[in-house]
Amino acid sequence: MGGEILVVDDEPNIVLSLEFLMKKAGYNVTTANNGVDALSTIKQLRPDLVLLDVMMPRMDGYEVCQAVRGDPELSSVRIIMLTARGRDVERDKGMALGADDYVTKPFATQELVEKVKSLLDHSSS
Amino acid sequence: MLSGWLMLLIAFAYLGLLFAIAFYADMRSDAGRSIISNPYIYTLSIAVYCTAWTFYGSVGRAAGSGVGFLPIYLGPTLMACLWWFVLRKIVRISKVHRITSIADFIGSRYGKSALVGGVVTVIAVVGIMPYISLQLKAIAVSSNVLLTYPQIADNAATRAIYADTALYVALALAAFTILFGTRHIDTTERHEGMVAAIAFESLIKLIAFLTVGLFVVFVLFSGPGDLFAKAATVPEVALLFSFDAMPGSYASWLSLTFLAMMAIMFLPRQFQVLVVENVNEAHIRKASWLFPLYLLLINLFVLPIAIAGLILFPQGTIDPDTFVLTLPMTESAEFLALFAFIGGLSAATGMVIVATIAISTMVCNDLVIPFLLRMRLLHREDMSGLLLAIRRGAIIAILLLGYLYFQLIGESYALVTIGLVSFAAAAQFAPPILIGIYWKGASRAGAVAGLLGGFLVWAYTLVIPGFALSGWLPQTFLEEGLFGWSWLRPYQLLGLDLFDPITHAVFWSMLVNVGLLVGVSLFANQSAIERIQATLFVDVFRQGSQTRDSRIWESTSSVAEIREILARFIGVEQAAKAFEEFALAEGQSLNDEAPAESGLVEYAERQLAGAIGAASARVMMGTVVKGEELSIEGVMKILDETSQVLEYSRQLEQKSQELEAATGKLKAANERLKELDRLKDDFVSTVSHELRTPLTSIRAFSEILRDSPEMPATQRQEFLDIIVKENERLTRLINEVLDLAKIESDSVEWEMQSTDLREAIEEALVATQQLVAESGTALHKDMTNQAVQVTVDKDRLIQVVINLISNAVKFCDGERGRIRVRVYARNGMANVEVSDNGCGIAAGEQERIFEKFHQVSDVQEGKPRGSGLGLPICRKIVEHHAGRIWVESELEKGSIFKFVLPLEGQA
Repeated sequence: MGGEILVVDDEPNIVLSLEFLMKKAGYNVTTANNGVDALSTIKQLRPDLVLLDVMMPRMDGYEVCQAVRGDPELSSVRIIMLTARGRDVERDKGMALGADDYVTKPFATQELVEKVKSLLDHSSS
Repeated sequence: MLSGWLMLLIAFAYLGLLFAIAFYADMRSDAGRSIISNPYIYTLSIAVYCTAWTFYGSVGRAAGSGVGFLPIYLGPTLMACLWWFVLRKIVRISKVHRITSIADFIGSRYGKSALVGGVVTVIAVVGIMPYISLQLKAIAVSSNVLLTYPQIADNAATRAIYADTALYVALALAAFTILFGTRHIDTTERHEGMVAAIAFESLIKLIAFLTVGLFVVFVLFSGPGDLFAKAATVPEVALLFSFDAMPGSYASWLSLTFLAMMAIMFLPRQFQVLVVENVNEAHIRKASWLFPLYLLLINLFVLPIAIAGLILFPQGTIDPDTFVLTLPMTESAEFLALFAFIGGLSAATGMVIVATIAISTMVCNDLVIPFLLRMRLLHREDMSGLLLAIRRGAIIAILLLGYLYFQLIGESYALVTIGLVSFAAAAQFAPPILIGIYWKGASRAGAVAGLLGGFLVWAYTLVIPGFALSGWLPQTFLEEGLFGWSWLRPYQLLGLDLFDPITHAVFWSMLVNVGLLVGVSLFANQSAIERIQATLFVDVFRQGSQTRDSRIWESTSSVAEIREILARFIGVEQAAKAFEEFALAEGQSLNDEAPAESGLVEYAERQLAGAIGAASARVMMGTVVKGEELSIEGVMKILDETSQVLEYSRQLEQKSQELEAATGKLKAANERLKELDRLKDDFVSTVSHELRTPLTSIRAFSEILRDSPEMPATQRQEFLDIIVKENERLTRLINEVLDLAKIESDSVEWEMQSTDLREAIEEALVATQQLVAESGTALHKDMTNQAVQVTVDKDRLIQVVINLISNAVKFCDGERGRIRVRVYARNGMANVEVSDNGCGIAAGEQERIFEKFHQVSDVQEGKPRGSGLGLPICRKIVEHHAGRIWVESELEKGSIFKFVLPLEGQA
């Protein structure tokens, strides 16, 4: 187990809950509350996985995802998109931009943890 | 010595030759082998423009004013450039409608109006008098000059004699014109013989003038170099070379050029040769450069002859108008002098013949026949004889009128000025024609008003002063005006004293003519027939050449009856021939007993129009077809039916336009609906997002608490607090969404009551007391002492103020925050201000924060976020109370939210 996870959301309470969940599952957690900070942290820290909110001021999740996938050095970073807008088009857009998974808010906590675990297990094996 | 009888003999022999040419041309024409159907003859016939005025008068004018004679020839040259567009259209219209004269043309354009045709005819008759008198004077003077040969007599000595000569000349010309022009009545009113003779005359006068010019330059002098060298030594002559000698202003050059431009097209005789006698439209193209060439040639020697005359004759002893004759006589070149006389005779007779034929046709078709029709005096069986008699009488009358003018006024004006008076009269026809063939709106009333107005101004400013100059009216009329009113001075109307008399008259008559035509047309309604004719004229190129007008004849007459009426006017043979041609063209045989179909009636009317003009033909045919004696009412009834059809189609068109407009509106409404749908979609999506966010926290923390029984109590407490807060946020959000939806759908029950606004504010302050205290912000209230009475839903208003105060708290920086609530009345409005010293709002955001779900970006961390619905709700509420809410703010300095409501009794 173990691994580095970046939590990105502009809602402090959601960041808090995700941070708690991921730490409890045994990961190291870093947080960011907007897209610009998130991207610079990803480049610096090269986390194994990013929990990325879509609707954020300054730079939204799609743009972050696109930037990450455009950088070959960051190809090992897994991305799970989180969004409060659950329409299929948004999901498709996220997947098309190279997200590894897509979760609609509000989410079931255990399910999310499972998804994270399976993604990271898969990549480490 | 040229004896009188020899001269007479030669003159009559020449006229006899012309007659022979005309006779030959008519014969060829009847045989179907026209000799005039080519652009060269057409051009030469147009040169009937160059009259005795050109032949003798140009030299006279050049002797007095150098190049001052030029505008008269410059104008036509300019106009010729436009022929292919303007003249071709007029010719096409005239062919389609079988136009017989300029009066017929204008009358036809304005609803086949007999009134318009009559007015044009009267103007033409009065306007032509000076011109005819000019020709009589020229022939009389020139023959007297020759008769006194070799003595070169001066002006004064001969004056007494030629007055009588002029009368004989007038009578001789009348006889000759009658022989020429009225041998038979034609359905097209074309005169091939006349055109051939005129063309021949144009050739003769050109050759004669050139010969005299060559004689003067190369025999009297040794070449142009010699002539001009000698001229340079005489100071007065040298002056003529330069434009400094030009009399008058640029305005008078302009007006002369303009007059000549109009004259070349709209003098009745020019209209006759240019339009009525035109055989083929294509000839216009060549004529539009050949004719200017003719003008150039005939003007080539004007200046040299004038200069030679001034050098050779002592100043003032010989009238410069006779130089063309007298110069050859100095060298005893009697045959050349005779040739020059023949040239001048050609110029004069050509003009007189064509002009009188054209005008006699107009007098007959547009004055006499309509009059007889109205008076119900037409009962004779054979009309063609009567028509000829009318025309012959008209010819004699016109020439005698010309003679009368010559006797009364002829002496008061120079040759050139007399001609210009006629030009100015002809110019009156230009507006109704030129405007009429391009603007459908020009109406009959406008044309009549314009023509009459222009004509009256013309008469008042040019003809009546002539009577005064000749002593028939007191001289004071010129100097002091009618009744001694100085603003009525005929040469300075309304005090306008800038121009010479001709320019002055042209300016005012054209202004009045065009002004009335356009002005009256804009206000006068057109009748159905006017609209039809206007369309047929303006859109002539869009129609086939055999356009039929859209009338519906109620045909009750037999074919035989129609033929009979036609025969009465154009003769039995001609009528039979015309019917054969119709039957051939339509591919059907005509049964005498069968009812005449409308196509035949229209065809017959066109044939009749060729003989008696469109307006008369229309009335005539109307009566016959209706089988009544002479009922103009019958014709009017048919016209009404036509106008009903027109009205119906106009309504149809209107309906279809309305339909189109409705379709457009539907389309726009559909677009709007789509837009609204899209906005609603956005709204739902945004609401969904806003609701899911607190739900996410609540669910996440609830599950965390459930799955973490070993969690320390403090942390458990912390998470529970979050859940509670998010729950409140969710509830508030749901309430606001519902609230806004209710306001927007207008389903709110407003409990309006008279309220002192200060009380409402107090209640809001109480409600927010705790919130403010917790944040540590200082709140200061600043309320007026007097009641601020408004009629409002009090609870809603409190809601607005609470919202504004909570916003202020949110944006203030805790302990350092200052909030001020101010209430006052001003200008009939209640004013409420909530100001803070918070972070402020950027200019670009100040309006957008009142939009739904718009959140100010970069909210300070740790601050609870709003739903983005508070301010939109505030705005809805304030606007419902007929008030206004807005924000004034500066970044880092703070914001002032203001709203105003009308005070009680003010709304």
